[in-house]
Amino acid sequence: MAYVAIADRDAPIHDPHTFFLKYIWSQDHKVIAIQYALVAIFVGLVALVLSGLMRLQLGFPDTFHFIDPNQYLQFVTMHGMIMVIYLLTALFLGGFGNYLIPLMCGARDMVFPYMNMLSFWVYLLAVLVLLSSFFVPGGPTGAGWTLYPPQAVLTGTPGAGLGIILMLVSLGMFIVAFTMGGLNYVTTVLQARCRGMTLMRMPLSVWGIFMATILGLLAFPALLVSAVMMTLDGTLGTSFFLPAISSMGEQLNHQGGSPLLFQHLFWFFGHPEVYIVALPAFGIVSDLLSTHARKNIFGYRMMVWAILAIGGLSFVVWAHHMYVSGMNPYFGFFFATTTLIIAVPTAIKVYNWVLTLWKGDIHLTVPMLFAIGFIFTFIHGGLTGLFLGNVTVDLPLSDTYFVVGHFHMVMGVSPILVVFGAIYHWYPKITGRMWNEKLGKLHFWLTFLGTYAIYLPMHYLGILGVPRRYYALGDTAFIPDSVHTINESITIAALLVAAAQVVFLYNMIVSLRRGEKAPSNPWHATTLEWQTPDTPPKHGNWGPRLPVVHRWAYDYSVPGAKEDFIPQNEPVDPYLTAGRDHGVRH
Amino acid sequence: MSPITVTVALLVGIIVWVLVARRLTARSWESGSEESDVAAVRMAPARLGLWVFLAVITSLFSLFLSAYSMRSHHGDWSHLTLPDVLWVNTALLVLGSVSMQIARNAVTRGLAQRLKLGLVAGGLFTIGFLAGQLIAWGQLRESGHFAQGSPANAFFYLLTAVHGLHLLGGLWVWGRTMTRLLRGVELVELRLSVELCTVYWHYLLLVWIALFAALTYL
Repeated sequence: MAYVAIADRDAPIHDPHTFFLKYIWSQDHKVIAIQYALVAIFVGLVALVLSGLMRLQLGFPDTFHFIDPNQYLQFVTMHGMIMVIYLLTALFLGGFGNYLIPLMCGARDMVFPYMNMLSFWVYLLAVLVLLSSFFVPGGPTGAGWTLYPPQAVLTGTPGAGLGIILMLVSLGMFIVAFTMGGLNYVTTVLQARCRGMTLMRMPLSVWGIFMATILGLLAFPALLVSAVMMTLDGTLGTSFFLPAISSMGEQLNHQGGSPLLFQHLFWFFGHPEVYIVALPAFGIVSDLLSTHARKNIFGYRMMVWAILAIGGLSFVVWAHHMYVSGMNPYFGFFFATTTLIIAVPTAIKVYNWVLTLWKGDIHLTVPMLFAIGFIFTFIHGGLTGLFLGNVTVDLPLSDTYFVVGHFHMVMGVSPILVVFGAIYHWYPKITGRMWNEKLGKLHFWLTFLGTYAIYLPMHYLGILGVPRRYYALGDTAFIPDSVHTINESITIAALLVAAAQVVFLYNMIVSLRRGEKAPSNPWHATTLEWQTPDTPPKHGNWGPRLPVVHRWAYDYSVPGAKEDFIPQNEPVDPYLTAGRDHGVRH
Repeated sequence: MSPITVTVALLVGIIVWVLVARRLTARSWESGSEESDVAAVRMAPARLGLWVFLAVITSLFSLFLSAYSMRSHHGDWSHLTLPDVLWVNTALLVLGSVSMQIARNAVTRGLAQRLKLGLVAGGLFTIGFLAGQLIAWGQLRESGHFAQGSPANAFFYLLTAVHGLHLLGGLWVWGRTMTRLLRGVELVELRLSVELCTVYWHYLLLVWIALFAALTYL
């Protein structure tokens, strides 16, 4: 059988000796993963601070005079863009994708290690360019994370000069970095799996990351196209997106551009982006639930097919972000239909998670708490998505806090809960140490309950008609006093949740030194990354011999087995098999 | 969504499903599924990597083209008459592609001399194509068609520039292959590079033909 290239090689594929080559300019997928994760978490913290500032302004208007309306818009923009792209996308694919794909597939590294390394450095450059826009004249762009033209490049919008250009350049770099990483993830999954690791034996984490990468590779070009065209509009004076327009009483030279074209391009990227973030979360949460409930994942094949179906459908729903753009109403009908269809495979996944828990031997460890928390927040966020998917419901709600509540619940809080769960779950493998469980649980409850205190009231505000993106509400007749009280309480909750993240950081950093030494498989998990000869795994991952896989990833609580889990690389026991084939666990 | 798009999408879906159905319907939880074990794809990683990359740039160019076509269907579209030199350029790029194919056939059969000839010719024709594109730009500018003038002009400059940049990337890989060839590396070791270059060249020729057709007729 042709088990190809990297997978076959017995010697490590790169053998660095100096500290610099090993940990900085490294081609090892694990080091690159950690580099990606640390940078992503760092910019994520910047965005968290920005959201704190926004909440201070909204909860207590007229109190914080250092925040002016322009800055408020800049905070909104940078918070959104950083969280969606530079934190979540980079952390799930660059971080977890890099760490988990080779280890879970039984490979020694990615197939193109050098390109993988470049991917990180270009990503870092993109982050630096993005952050540099805070320090240029005019500051970062305040056009909203969707960067809609014409306002994004017109004077009067904060950061219309350098800010928006730096943002677009940084996005371009990010896409280059992602493409280099993405080629690696796809090729590694297809090419470098170890012996016996068929596609349908791959853990769902790998499936989720794999499909998300394919979505990214096909969808990010749309963002690149729009970024390139808008950069040309802003610098060379072309008219791709800018119609004949007068700005601040002055007729501009542009003519004939189409702002709606930008919206189509942007959302052709923007909607798959939701699933680029969600699919890895779906995959990882499936593995966490199965492992910590000591039960095989319910409906494995259906889970894989649902991931594929969601991935495919995510390309035909983009215009549901544009119901209010003035596009052809028949489009709205088509896109509402596809949007509601996508709820079917998604609901299948939710049922399967719940059914995995059903009668499981549930261990309420910290990763499990986060995984179960995800089911709650995802159901709540998903249900409001069904509201907004309908044109008639969306029209009045579109510019209100209902939308803010919806998307933060479904693609903010939900994936971030999975990120936390995943970090707690794999931390012992990555660092070789255990974290403090009490602090972990404290972090979970503060975050989980805190985010509900933030986002649940936002839905109510939205139904009252409170508009989003406003710097201050002022004295408006349709806004009752209770709204101001709610805004104050949301702000307090947001600050609490932000403070809870300090507990997390403290726990992670202190445990590096003081944590107990972790056993090599603390959760008694079946997947390959827990079966490495060293913890943390060394360069080349597997020591002298590659693992051979004999079973799927979910052999938990198999009747008759010695322990309640059987690792994937454990050969099949003929006696045990005889019992199983009589339908004990089909 | 035209009916043609829907039909094509359906057909592609069916083909993909037939190709992967066997893998994706395996009951991996049953023991003894070892026999139906399908291993990783048998292909050099770089080759698969190239095909995945081609999928990415297909997405990129189709998005550029659909942006172009969406814009050109607005009422106020003023069409740009393309300079005739583009036909010469197209011929050059076809010749480039043919030369690369000759190089590819030569490397499989171990004919060093013909390989060198094919590769050099392929590179030169491609450089000629790029020079021709610059001439086309110059002619347009002389006749007063600047990128700022109208969306049609801007799209012409943009699409040709993006295509040209992709060719430049190809030429960089071509240059590395040439260096290795001139340094006397064994033909067997060059085979993959030459083959992948050829695939990339054919692909960019197809992209150019699609762009040229769209710029002429849409």
